[in-house]
Amino acid sequence: MKRSNKPIFWSLFGAGGMLSALIGPVLIFITGIAVPMGLMSRETMSYERMLALVHNPIGKLAIVAVIGLFLFHGLHRMYHCVHDFGVHVGPGLKAIFHGFAFLGTLAAVYLVLA
Amino acid sequence: MKAYRRPVTAWWWRRNPYYVWYMVREASCVVLTIYALTLLVGVARLTQSEVRYEDWLERLSRPWVIAYHVLAFVLVAYHAWTWFKIMPKTLPRVPVPDKAIVVAGVTAIGICSVLLLWAARA
Amino acid sequence: MRTIAIECLRYHPEADAAPHWQHYDVPFTDDMTVLQGLQYIKDELDGSLTFRWSCRMAICGSCGTMVNGVPRLGCETFLRDYYPGPLRVEPLTHFPIVRDLAIDQSDFLAKLESAKPWLMPKVDPGAEPHRQTPEQLADYYQYSQCINCLLCYAACPQYGLNEKFTGPAVLALLHRYNADSRDGGKQERMQLVNAEDGVWGCTLVGYCSEVCPKGVDPARAVNQNKIESTKDYFLRFLAPRSGR
Repeated sequence: MKRSNKPIFWSLFGAGGMLSALIGPVLIFITGIAVPMGLMSRETMSYERMLALVHNPIGKLAIVAVIGLFLFHGLHRMYHCVHDFGVHVGPGLKAIFHGFAFLGTLAAVYLVLA
Repeated sequence: MKAYRRPVTAWWWRRNPYYVWYMVREASCVVLTIYALTLLVGVARLTQSEVRYEDWLERLSRPWVIAYHVLAFVLVAYHAWTWFKIMPKTLPRVPVPDKAIVVAGVTAIGICSVLLLWAARA
Repeated sequence: MRTIAIECLRYHPEADAAPHWQHYDVPFTDDMTVLQGLQYIKDELDGSLTFRWSCRMAICGSCGTMVNGVPRLGCETFLRDYYPGPLRVEPLTHFPIVRDLAIDQSDFLAKLESAKPWLMPKVDPGAEPHRQTPEQLADYYQYSQCINCLLCYAACPQYGLNEKFTGPAVLALLHRYNADSRDGGKQERMQLVNAEDGVWGCTLVGYCSEVCPKGVDPARAVNQNKIESTKDYFLRFLAPRSGR
């Protein structure tokens, strides 16, 4: 029986799942609800503050980690969801979903380094 | 003698509430992915110009976008809860009861949330 | 005496092109199980109804059926909880129907053998018995309780979607031996664990553990081995092993 290479994707899925479980809800709350609704001051996400975050090396790491790991978790699960709906999934779809996550992560890296 | 094979349809999960909740848990991945892409766009706008970034912020403030994020929050919160609820089953045997792991996990969510809210204060 | 409506899925391959429902009215007392309801039907109403059963006490694993869409042992399920009915009794899902409520278990039996569910002793104790502490017993005891009733396979949607998936009970039994301190066969079993249709076919729906009548918790057995499989995947380059 051929050894599956699932462990690679599962590890990324697991890391993303842990991160999104710990800080996903609060991040969505801050950026998608609190600040837009005025529950938190607009200053929280001001251009200057966010620019400072992106220029900070830890900020860069955090941005790449959050975007990259959220994408790997989300897209790996989506790949399984497609299978759960009875669609036959093969290496092609696997490459598309995980490739997309990889590209998204690359984009994040490129943006923070630029 | 022909054995009869009952077909499995794409809607197998509607038969049982347990399966429905499983699909809800799995569906949280869609909003999580969209959120990650939203952040990616935000970072891109940030590096382009202040005007483009402010435009991104303004779009986030539209009522239907806020309503969508409330839904996203609920789904990702459900993912967070089920993540730790399930976690004991993925760990090797530890001398800690399952419930303690779940409580520790949810507490960690609470602590991280408070820390982030505090760090984000302008 | 009250009467409950029971509907059974019938299928006689020599006469039927497809399964169909048949209705029975069964008088019952509060202590009667679904299995006893079926036995009443066979004894008094319709001798052609076919179903497996043996011990009547949830240890042989023969009488598994779908009771109103939920996998259950007939001998442990009480008619009084479904009054007035109709109580729908079908063969366990995800298995081919041989006749009425009897399913074809051959896929499971083949997979069972492939997991090498026997003790491969680490050391030969010679004339002495193996020794094991209660702690070591606790490491695998729950997984040894499996009665091969197949309720978990009926519960598992991944098995329903992909028949090649090894499945909960076989992986739980595999784990029972890997976790046994006397056993040294873990490497031999890793090939099955590591395969796409081994532990990686599981998405932790968890329903298998919900329906298991013996508290085996196959979901736990399978998912603990995801970490084992991951360790095996990444560490294999560091510690070369023989006898793959």
